[in-house]
Amino acid sequence: MKKGLSISDLCFLDWGPLSFSVNPAECVGLRGASGSGKTLLLRAIADLDEHSGTISLDETPCNSLSGPDWRRRVAMLPAESSWWRDTVGEHFPEELEESRLLVEQLGFDSGKVFDWEISRLSVGERQRLALVRLLQHKPRVLLLDEPTANLDEKSTELVEQVISKYRSNESVPVLWVTHSREQLERVSSRSLILENKKLSEEVAG
Amino acid sequence: MSIIEITYRELLLTGTLVIALAVCTVISKLGVARPLLIAALRMAIQLTLVGMILNFIFTKSGILWVAGISLVMLAVAGREVAVRSKRPLAGWWGYAVGTGSMFVSSFAVAIFALAGMIRADPWYEPQYAIPILGMLLGNTMNGIALSMDRLTDAAWRNRDEIEARLMLGEQGKTAIGDFAKDAVRSGLIPVINAMAVAGIVSLPGMMTGQILAGNDPSIAVKYQILIWLLIAAGCGFGMLLAIRLTVHLLFDERHRLRLDRLKKPDRS
Repeated sequence: MKKGLSISDLCFLDWGPLSFSVNPAECVGLRGASGSGKTLLLRAIADLDEHSGTISLDETPCNSLSGPDWRRRVAMLPAESSWWRDTVGEHFPEELEESRLLVEQLGFDSGKVFDWEISRLSVGERQRLALVRLLQHKPRVLLLDEPTANLDEKSTELVEQVISKYRSNESVPVLWVTHSREQLERVSSRSLILENKKLSEEVAG
Repeated sequence: MSIIEITYRELLLTGTLVIALAVCTVISKLGVARPLLIAALRMAIQLTLVGMILNFIFTKSGILWVAGISLVMLAVAGREVAVRSKRPLAGWWGYAVGTGSMFVSSFAVAIFALAGMIRADPWYEPQYAIPILGMLLGNTMNGIALSMDRLTDAAWRNRDEIEARLMLGEQGKTAIGDFAKDAVRSGLIPVINAMAVAGIVSLPGMMTGQILAGNDPSIAVKYQILIWLLIAAGCGFGMLLAIRLTVHLLFDERHRLRLDRLKKPDRS
Protein backbone atom coordinates (compact mmCIF):
# COMPACT_ATOMS: atom_id res chain seq x y z
CA MET A 1 0.00 0.00 0.00
CA LYS A 2 1.15 3.48 -0.75
CA LYS A 3 0.01 7.09 -1.00
CA GLY A 4 -2.30 8.14 -3.81
CA LEU A 5 -5.05 6.17 -5.49
CA SER A 6 -4.40 2.47 -5.72
CA ILE A 7 -6.62 -0.09 -7.33
CA SER A 8 -6.08 -3.80 -7.20
CA ASP A 9 -8.08 -6.62 -8.76
CA LEU A 10 -11.00 -4.33 -9.48
CA CYS A 11 -13.86 -6.19 -11.19
CA PHE A 12 -17.19 -4.73 -12.28
CA LEU A 13 -19.79 -6.32 -14.56
CA ASP A 14 -17.51 -8.50 -16.73
CA TRP A 15 -14.52 -6.16 -16.70
CA GLY A 16 -11.34 -6.89 -14.83
CA PRO A 17 -9.49 -7.79 -12.79
CA LEU A 18 -7.82 -4.38 -13.24
CA SER A 19 -4.93 -3.09 -11.15
CA PHE A 20 -3.11 0.22 -11.33
CA SER A 21 -2.24 3.20 -9.20
CA VAL A 22 -2.00 6.95 -9.54
CA ASN A 23 0.51 8.80 -7.38
CA PRO A 24 -0.22 12.05 -5.55
CA ALA A 25 -0.03 15.01 -7.95
CA GLU A 26 0.22 12.64 -10.91
CA CYS A 27 -2.14 12.85 -13.88
CA VAL A 28 -2.76 9.57 -15.69
CA GLY A 29 -4.59 9.50 -18.99
CA LEU A 30 -7.16 6.86 -19.82
CA ARG A 31 -7.93 6.09 -23.44
CA GLY A 32 -10.01 3.49 -25.21
CA ALA A 33 -12.60 3.17 -27.93
CA SER A 34 -16.18 4.29 -27.30
CA GLY A 35 -17.93 1.59 -25.33
CA SER A 36 -14.69 0.18 -23.97
CA GLY A 37 -15.85 0.92 -20.43
CA LYS A 38 -13.88 4.03 -19.49
CA THR A 39 -16.88 5.67 -17.89
CA LEU A 40 -17.81 2.43 -16.14
CA LEU A 41 -14.30 2.26 -14.71
CA LEU A 42 -14.58 5.80 -13.32
CA ARG A 43 -18.04 4.98 -11.91
CA ALA A 44 -16.68 1.90 -10.17
CA ILE A 45 -13.82 3.90 -8.64
CA ALA A 46 -16.33 6.51 -7.43
CA ASP A 47 -18.28 3.58 -5.94
CA LEU A 48 -21.39 4.31 -7.98
CA ASP A 49 -21.58 0.76 -9.29
CA GLU A 50 -21.11 -2.55 -7.57
CA HIS A 51 -17.58 -3.89 -7.81
CA SER A 52 -15.14 -6.26 -6.16
CA GLY A 53 -11.46 -5.85 -5.43
CA THR A 54 -9.80 -3.07 -3.47
CA ILE A 55 -9.79 0.64 -4.15
CA SER A 56 -7.95 2.79 -1.67
CA LEU A 57 -6.90 6.37 -1.27
CA ASP A 58 -3.83 7.17 0.85
CA GLU A 59 -4.12 3.68 2.36
CA THR A 60 -7.78 4.18 3.30
CA PRO A 61 -9.90 1.52 1.60
CA CYS A 62 -13.17 2.56 -0.02
CA ASN A 63 -15.24 0.31 2.22
CA SER A 64 -14.00 1.90 5.42
CA LEU A 65 -15.83 5.12 4.53
CA SER A 66 -19.53 5.60 3.77
CA GLY A 67 -20.44 5.96 0.07
CA PRO A 68 -21.04 9.75 0.28
CA ASP A 69 -17.82 10.31 2.29
CA TRP A 70 -15.83 8.35 -0.29
CA ARG A 71 -17.37 10.29 -3.18
CA ARG A 72 -16.60 13.63 -1.55
CA ARG A 73 -12.94 12.58 -1.55
CA VAL A 74 -12.91 10.69 -4.84
CA ALA A 75 -14.79 13.09 -7.08
CA MET A 76 -16.03 12.17 -10.53
CA LEU A 77 -16.83 14.80 -13.17
CA PRO A 78 -19.34 13.19 -15.57
CA ALA A 79 -19.16 13.87 -19.29
CA GLU A 80 -22.52 15.61 -19.22
CA SER A 81 -23.18 17.89 -16.29
CA SER A 82 -26.57 17.89 -14.56
CA TRP A 83 -28.19 20.84 -12.80
CA TRP A 84 -31.32 20.70 -10.69
CA ARG A 85 -32.03 24.23 -9.48
CA ASP A 86 -32.90 27.30 -11.53
CA THR A 87 -29.77 29.38 -11.12
CA VAL A 88 -26.06 28.61 -10.97
CA GLY A 89 -25.65 30.03 -7.45
CA GLU A 90 -28.21 27.65 -5.93
CA HIS A 91 -25.87 24.76 -6.69
CA PHE A 92 -23.18 26.25 -4.51
CA PRO A 93 -24.08 25.83 -0.84
CA GLU A 94 -21.89 28.78 0.08
CA GLU A 95 -20.16 31.26 -2.13
CA LEU A 96 -16.57 30.63 -1.23
CA GLU A 97 -13.82 32.98 -2.21
CA GLU A 98 -12.11 30.03 -3.91
CA SER A 99 -15.14 29.33 -6.12
CA ARG A 100 -15.15 33.00 -7.18
CA LEU A 101 -11.48 32.74 -8.07
CA LEU A 102 -12.07 29.54 -10.02
CA VAL A 103 -14.91 30.93 -12.10
CA GLU A 104 -12.73 33.93 -12.93
CA GLN A 105 -9.92 31.63 -13.98
CA LEU A 106 -12.37 29.75 -16.23
CA GLY A 107 -13.34 32.97 -17.99
CA PHE A 108 -16.56 33.97 -16.21
CA ASP A 109 -17.48 37.19 -14.47
CA SER A 110 -17.73 36.15 -10.82
CA GLY A 111 -20.04 39.07 -10.05
CA LYS A 112 -22.74 37.81 -12.41
CA VAL A 113 -22.29 34.12 -13.07
CA PHE A 114 -23.95 32.91 -9.85
CA ASP A 115 -27.21 34.66 -10.80
CA TRP A 116 -27.38 33.11 -14.25
CA GLU A 117 -30.21 30.79 -15.15
CA ILE A 118 -29.10 27.26 -15.94
CA SER A 119 -31.45 26.93 -18.89
CA ARG A 120 -29.69 29.79 -20.70
CA LEU A 121 -26.18 28.34 -20.42
CA SER A 122 -24.46 26.51 -23.24
CA VAL A 123 -23.28 22.92 -22.76
CA GLY A 124 -19.70 24.15 -22.56
CA GLU A 125 -20.51 26.76 -19.92
CA ARG A 126 -22.28 24.17 -17.83
CA GLN A 127 -19.32 21.85 -18.19
CA ARG A 128 -16.87 24.47 -16.92
CA LEU A 129 -19.13 25.46 -14.02
CA ALA A 130 -19.57 21.79 -13.10
CA LEU A 131 -15.82 21.64 -12.58
CA VAL A 132 -15.99 24.55 -10.13
CA ARG A 133 -18.90 22.89 -8.34
CA LEU A 134 -16.85 19.72 -7.98
CA LEU A 135 -13.71 21.49 -6.74
CA GLN A 136 -15.52 23.47 -4.03
CA HIS A 137 -15.68 20.28 -1.94
CA LYS A 138 -11.88 20.00 -2.03
CA PRO A 139 -11.77 16.43 -3.39
CA ARG A 140 -8.63 14.34 -2.86
CA VAL A 141 -8.85 12.53 -6.24
CA LEU A 142 -10.22 13.73 -9.57
CA LEU A 143 -11.86 11.33 -12.02
CA LEU A 144 -12.49 13.36 -15.16
CA ASP A 145 -14.71 11.97 -17.92
CA GLU A 146 -13.89 13.96 -21.07
CA PRO A 147 -13.86 17.28 -19.21
CA THR A 148 -13.24 19.34 -22.35
CA ALA A 149 -15.37 17.43 -24.86
CA ASN A 150 -17.72 20.35 -25.54
CA LEU A 151 -15.24 23.20 -25.23
CA ASP A 152 -13.48 25.44 -27.73
CA GLU A 153 -9.69 25.72 -27.75
CA LYS A 154 -9.55 28.71 -25.44
CA SER A 155 -11.82 27.19 -22.80
CA THR A 156 -10.03 23.85 -23.08
CA GLU A 157 -6.80 25.58 -22.23
CA LEU A 158 -8.37 27.34 -19.23
CA VAL A 159 -9.80 24.06 -17.93
CA GLU A 160 -6.46 22.30 -18.35
CA GLN A 161 -4.74 25.08 -16.41
CA VAL A 162 -7.23 25.03 -13.55
CA ILE A 163 -7.00 21.26 -13.19
CA SER A 164 -3.25 21.21 -13.38
CA LYS A 165 -2.98 23.93 -10.75
CA TYR A 166 -5.37 22.11 -8.41
CA ARG A 167 -3.47 18.86 -8.94
CA SER A 168 -0.10 20.28 -8.01
CA ASN A 169 -1.29 22.64 -5.23
CA GLU A 170 -3.37 20.02 -3.47
CA SER A 171 -1.20 17.12 -4.56
CA VAL A 172 -4.13 15.03 -5.77
CA PRO A 173 -4.04 12.07 -8.19
CA VAL A 174 -5.98 12.70 -11.43
CA LEU A 175 -7.40 10.14 -13.85
CA TRP A 176 -8.25 11.85 -17.13
CA VAL A 177 -10.43 10.21 -19.81
CA THR A 178 -10.17 11.68 -23.30
CA HIS A 179 -10.06 10.68 -26.95
CA SER A 180 -7.43 13.25 -27.77
CA ARG A 181 -3.82 12.06 -27.79
CA GLU A 182 -2.56 15.64 -28.04
CA GLN A 183 -4.39 16.56 -24.87
CA LEU A 184 -2.96 13.60 -22.99
CA GLU A 185 0.54 14.57 -24.09
CA ARG A 186 -0.07 18.02 -22.62
CA VAL A 187 -1.72 17.06 -19.34
CA SER A 188 -0.61 13.59 -18.33
CA SER A 189 2.65 11.91 -17.55
CA ARG A 190 1.56 8.48 -18.78
CA SER A 191 -1.51 6.80 -20.25
CA LEU A 192 -3.50 3.65 -19.74
CA ILE A 193 -5.48 2.01 -22.50
CA LEU A 194 -8.70 0.12 -21.81
CA GLU A 195 -9.18 -2.51 -24.46
CA ASN A 196 -11.05 -5.81 -24.48
CA LYS A 197 -11.91 -5.22 -20.83
CA LYS A 198 -8.21 -5.17 -19.87
CA LEU A 199 -5.91 -2.29 -19.02
CA SER A 200 -2.48 -1.82 -20.50
CA GLU A 201 0.15 0.86 -20.12
CA GLU A 202 0.76 2.87 -23.25
CA VAL A 203 4.36 2.55 -24.35
CA ALA A 204 5.96 5.92 -24.97
CA GLY A 205 6.84 6.79 -28.53
CA MET B 1 -88.75 5.39 6.41
CA SER B 2 -87.43 2.47 4.39
CA ILE B 3 -85.80 2.19 1.01
CA ILE B 4 -87.74 1.23 -2.10
CA GLU B 5 -86.51 -2.15 -3.29
CA ILE B 6 -85.06 -2.43 -6.80
CA THR B 7 -85.48 -5.78 -8.61
CA TYR B 8 -83.25 -7.43 -11.23
CA ARG B 9 -85.83 -6.46 -13.85
CA GLU B 10 -85.07 -2.76 -13.27
CA LEU B 11 -81.36 -3.45 -13.36
CA LEU B 12 -81.66 -5.26 -16.70
CA LEU B 13 -83.69 -2.40 -18.12
CA THR B 14 -81.05 0.11 -16.98
CA GLY B 15 -78.46 -2.14 -18.54
CA THR B 16 -80.05 -1.50 -21.92
CA LEU B 17 -78.81 2.12 -21.60
CA VAL B 18 -75.23 0.85 -21.58
CA ILE B 19 -75.96 -1.56 -24.41
CA ALA B 20 -77.37 1.34 -26.42
CA LEU B 21 -74.20 3.28 -25.69
CA ALA B 22 -72.12 0.32 -26.86
CA VAL B 23 -74.07 0.16 -30.12
CA CYS B 24 -73.40 3.87 -30.68
CA THR B 25 -69.66 3.41 -30.07
CA VAL B 26 -69.61 0.55 -32.59
CA ILE B 27 -71.25 2.79 -35.17
CA SER B 28 -68.71 5.56 -34.55
CA LYS B 29 -65.86 2.98 -34.56
CA LEU B 30 -64.50 4.05 -31.18
CA GLY B 31 -63.33 0.54 -30.38
CA VAL B 32 -64.45 0.67 -26.77
CA ALA B 33 -67.64 -1.36 -27.01
CA ARG B 34 -66.06 -4.61 -25.87
CA PRO B 35 -64.20 -3.25 -22.83
CA LEU B 36 -67.27 -1.19 -21.91
CA LEU B 37 -69.60 -4.19 -21.91
CA ILE B 38 -67.09 -6.43 -20.18
CA ALA B 39 -66.49 -3.84 -17.47
CA ALA B 40 -70.22 -3.35 -16.89
CA LEU B 41 -70.71 -7.10 -16.67
CA ARG B 42 -67.73 -7.50 -14.33
CA MET B 43 -69.01 -4.72 -12.11
CA ALA B 44 -72.43 -6.35 -11.86
CA ILE B 45 -71.04 -9.80 -11.11
CA GLN B 46 -68.43 -8.59 -8.62
CA LEU B 47 -70.93 -6.48 -6.70
CA THR B 48 -73.50 -9.29 -6.63
CA LEU B 49 -70.89 -11.64 -5.21
CA VAL B 50 -69.77 -9.04 -2.67
CA GLY B 51 -73.40 -8.57 -1.63
CA MET B 52 -73.69 -12.29 -1.04
CA ILE B 53 -70.44 -12.39 0.91
CA LEU B 54 -71.43 -9.40 3.02
CA ASN B 55 -74.83 -10.94 3.78
CA PHE B 56 -73.01 -14.04 4.92
CA ILE B 57 -70.42 -12.17 7.00
CA PHE B 58 -73.07 -10.05 8.71
CA THR B 59 -74.62 -13.20 10.11
CA LYS B 60 -71.26 -14.25 11.62
CA SER B 61 -69.99 -11.61 13.94
CA GLY B 62 -66.72 -13.38 14.85
CA ILE B 63 -63.58 -11.26 14.64
CA LEU B 64 -61.85 -13.95 12.56
CA TRP B 65 -64.35 -13.54 9.74
CA VAL B 66 -63.86 -9.80 9.69
CA ALA B 67 -60.08 -10.17 9.85
CA GLY B 68 -60.16 -12.78 7.07
CA ILE B 69 -62.11 -10.67 4.61
CA SER B 70 -60.03 -7.59 5.52
CA LEU B 71 -56.86 -9.44 4.60
CA VAL B 72 -58.35 -10.55 1.27
CA MET B 73 -59.25 -6.91 0.53
CA LEU B 74 -55.72 -5.83 1.49
CA ALA B 75 -54.11 -8.48 -0.71
CA VAL B 76 -56.15 -7.42 -3.75
CA ALA B 77 -55.39 -3.73 -3.12
CA GLY B 78 -51.68 -4.54 -2.76
CA ARG B 79 -51.66 -6.32 -6.09
CA GLU B 80 -53.37 -3.33 -7.72
CA VAL B 81 -50.63 -0.99 -6.44
CA ALA B 82 -47.95 -3.26 -7.87
CA VAL B 83 -49.51 -3.71 -11.31
CA ARG B 84 -50.49 -0.08 -11.81
CA SER B 85 -46.90 1.14 -11.64
CA LYS B 86 -45.04 1.57 -14.89
CA ARG B 87 -41.73 0.60 -13.31
CA PRO B 88 -42.51 -1.03 -9.96
CA LEU B 89 -39.86 -2.35 -7.61
CA ALA B 90 -39.04 -5.84 -8.82
CA GLY B 91 -39.81 -9.05 -7.00
CA TRP B 92 -41.60 -9.27 -3.69
CA TRP B 93 -40.40 -5.85 -2.60
CA GLY B 94 -42.77 -3.86 -4.81
CA TYR B 95 -45.69 -5.83 -3.49
CA ALA B 96 -44.51 -5.67 0.11
CA VAL B 97 -43.91 -1.89 0.19
CA GLY B 98 -47.37 -1.01 -1.13
CA THR B 99 -49.22 -3.63 0.85
CA GLY B 100 -47.26 -2.97 4.04
CA SER B 101 -47.87 0.77 3.88
CA MET B 102 -51.58 0.26 3.25
CA PHE B 103 -51.78 -2.25 6.07
CA VAL B 104 -50.15 0.06 8.58
CA SER B 105 -52.06 3.19 7.63
CA SER B 106 -55.51 1.86 6.67
CA PHE B 107 -55.78 -0.67 9.46
CA ALA B 108 -54.49 1.69 12.12
CA VAL B 109 -56.84 4.45 11.03
CA ALA B 110 -59.79 2.04 10.69
CA ILE B 111 -59.23 0.61 14.16
CA PHE B 112 -58.93 4.13 15.56
CA ALA B 113 -62.30 5.03 14.02
CA LEU B 114 -64.10 1.81 14.92
CA ALA B 115 -62.87 1.33 18.44
CA GLY B 116 -62.37 4.97 19.39
CA MET B 117 -64.93 7.04 17.49
CA ILE B 118 -67.87 4.89 16.37
CA ARG B 119 -67.64 2.47 19.31
CA ALA B 120 -69.96 -0.20 17.92
CA ASP B 121 -70.45 -3.27 20.09
CA PRO B 122 -68.30 -5.24 19.42
CA TRP B 123 -65.96 -2.70 17.81
CA TYR B 124 -65.32 -4.97 14.82
CA GLU B 125 -69.06 -5.22 14.02
CA PRO B 126 -68.89 -6.07 10.28
CA GLN B 127 -71.66 -3.63 9.33
CA TYR B 128 -69.28 -0.78 10.28
CA ALA B 129 -65.87 -2.37 9.96
CA ILE B 130 -66.04 -3.61 6.39
CA PRO B 131 -67.42 -0.51 4.62
CA ILE B 132 -65.05 1.79 6.50
CA LEU B 133 -62.01 -0.35 5.83
CA GLY B 134 -63.11 -0.71 2.21
CA MET B 135 -63.32 3.03 1.70
CA LEU B 136 -59.98 3.57 3.38
CA LEU B 137 -58.25 0.86 1.37
CA GLY B 138 -59.73 2.10 -1.90
CA ASN B 139 -58.45 5.62 -1.34
CA THR B 140 -55.05 4.78 0.14
CA MET B 141 -54.58 2.33 -2.72
CA ASN B 142 -55.02 5.13 -5.27
CA GLY B 143 -52.75 7.50 -3.38
CA ILE B 144 -49.98 5.02 -2.76
CA ALA B 145 -50.08 3.64 -6.30
CA LEU B 146 -49.91 7.16 -7.74
CA SER B 147 -47.05 8.34 -5.54
CA MET B 148 -44.94 5.18 -5.89
CA ASP B 149 -45.40 5.25 -9.64
CA ARG B 150 -44.35 8.90 -9.74
CA LEU B 151 -41.23 8.22 -7.70
CA THR B 152 -39.95 5.13 -9.51
CA ASP B 153 -40.62 6.73 -12.88
CA ALA B 154 -38.86 9.96 -11.82
CA ALA B 155 -35.86 7.97 -10.56
CA TRP B 156 -35.64 6.22 -13.92
CA ARG B 157 -35.96 9.38 -16.00
CA ASN B 158 -33.69 11.54 -13.89
CA ARG B 159 -30.94 9.06 -13.28
CA ASP B 160 -28.21 11.45 -14.49
CA GLU B 161 -29.29 14.20 -12.15
CA ILE B 162 -29.60 11.93 -9.11
CA GLU B 163 -26.23 10.35 -9.77
CA ALA B 164 -24.62 13.74 -10.37
CA ARG B 165 -25.73 14.66 -6.86
CA LEU B 166 -24.36 11.40 -5.50
CA MET B 167 -21.04 12.19 -7.19
CA LEU B 168 -20.93 15.41 -5.19
CA GLY B 169 -21.17 13.35 -2.01
CA GLU B 170 -24.87 13.70 -1.25
CA GLN B 171 -26.78 10.99 0.61
CA GLY B 172 -29.23 8.92 -1.45
CA LYS B 173 -32.28 10.42 0.21
CA THR B 174 -31.03 13.98 -0.36
CA ALA B 175 -30.18 13.27 -4.00
CA ILE B 176 -33.70 11.99 -4.71
CA GLY B 177 -35.37 14.33 -2.18
CA ASP B 178 -37.06 16.67 -4.64
CA PHE B 179 -38.62 13.76 -6.49
CA ALA B 180 -39.80 12.12 -3.27
CA LYS B 181 -41.52 15.36 -2.22
CA ASP B 182 -43.18 15.63 -5.64
CA ALA B 183 -44.39 12.06 -5.36
CA VAL B 184 -46.08 12.60 -1.99
CA ARG B 185 -47.56 15.88 -3.16
CA SER B 186 -49.00 14.39 -6.33
CA GLY B 187 -50.53 11.54 -4.33
CA LEU B 188 -52.16 13.88 -1.82
CA ILE B 189 -53.51 16.43 -4.27
CA PRO B 190 -56.54 14.35 -5.37
CA VAL B 191 -57.55 13.93 -1.72
CA ILE B 192 -57.13 17.65 -1.03
CA ASN B 193 -59.11 18.56 -4.14
CA ALA B 194 -61.89 16.13 -3.33
CA MET B 195 -62.22 17.46 0.22
CA ALA B 196 -62.20 21.04 -1.01
CA VAL B 197 -65.25 20.51 -3.25
CA ALA B 198 -67.01 17.86 -1.13
CA GLY B 199 -70.73 18.52 -1.01
CA ILE B 200 -70.59 21.43 -3.47
CA VAL B 201 -69.55 19.87 -6.73
CA SER B 202 -69.95 16.24 -5.80
CA LEU B 203 -72.11 14.51 -3.23
CA PRO B 204 -69.91 11.83 -1.75
CA GLY B 205 -71.08 8.30 -2.51
CA MET B 206 -71.43 7.12 1.04
CA MET B 207 -73.52 10.08 2.08
CA THR B 208 -75.73 9.69 -0.97
CA GLY B 209 -76.18 6.04 -0.10
CA GLN B 210 -77.19 6.76 3.47
CA ILE B 211 -79.64 9.43 2.40
CA LEU B 212 -81.14 7.09 -0.22
CA ALA B 213 -81.44 4.45 2.49
CA GLY B 214 -83.62 6.86 4.43
CA ASN B 215 -81.19 8.11 7.04
CA ASP B 216 -81.28 11.58 8.51
CA PRO B 217 -78.99 13.70 6.28
CA SER B 218 -77.32 15.27 9.32
CA ILE B 219 -76.16 11.83 10.51
CA ALA B 220 -75.05 10.98 6.98
CA VAL B 221 -73.04 14.20 6.86
CA LYS B 222 -71.27 13.45 10.15
CA TYR B 223 -70.29 10.02 8.88
CA GLN B 224 -69.04 11.52 5.65
CA ILE B 225 -66.90 14.07 7.50
CA LEU B 226 -65.48 11.29 9.65
CA ILE B 227 -64.69 9.23 6.55
CA TRP B 228 -62.98 12.09 4.75
CA LEU B 229 -60.79 12.86 7.73
CA LEU B 230 -59.89 9.19 8.01
CA ILE B 231 -59.14 8.98 4.28
CA ALA B 232 -56.90 12.06 4.39
CA ALA B 233 -54.96 10.72 7.36
CA GLY B 234 -54.75 7.16 6.03
CA CYS B 235 -53.67 8.29 2.56
CA GLY B 236 -51.12 10.77 3.85
CA PHE B 237 -49.45 8.51 6.40
CA GLY B 238 -49.58 5.56 4.01
CA MET B 239 -47.88 7.56 1.28
CA LEU B 240 -45.21 8.98 3.58
CA LEU B 241 -44.37 5.45 4.64
CA ALA B 242 -44.49 3.99 1.11
CA ILE B 243 -42.25 6.74 -0.30
CA ARG B 244 -39.80 6.41 2.56
CA LEU B 245 -39.55 2.66 1.98
CA THR B 246 -39.26 3.09 -1.79
CA VAL B 247 -36.43 5.62 -1.39
CA HIS B 248 -34.73 3.20 0.98
CA LEU B 249 -34.93 0.41 -1.61
CA LEU B 250 -33.79 2.58 -4.51
CA PHE B 251 -30.38 2.99 -2.86
CA ASP B 252 -28.10 0.40 -1.34
CA GLU B 253 -25.98 0.70 1.79
CA ARG B 254 -23.23 2.46 -0.22
CA HIS B 255 -25.81 5.06 -1.40
CA ARG B 256 -25.67 3.84 -4.98
CA LEU B 257 -28.78 4.39 -7.12
CA ARG B 258 -30.06 0.87 -7.81
CA LEU B 259 -32.31 1.12 -10.85
CA ASP B 260 -31.71 -2.59 -11.42
CA ARG B 261 -34.22 -3.09 -8.60
CA LEU B 262 -37.00 -1.74 -10.84
CA LYS B 263 -38.93 -3.96 -13.19
CA LYS B 264 -38.76 -3.14 -16.89
CA PRO B 265 -42.10 -1.97 -18.25
CA ASP B 266 -44.05 -4.46 -20.36
CA ARG B 267 -43.90 -3.73 -24.04
CA SER B 268 -47.58 -3.69 -24.75
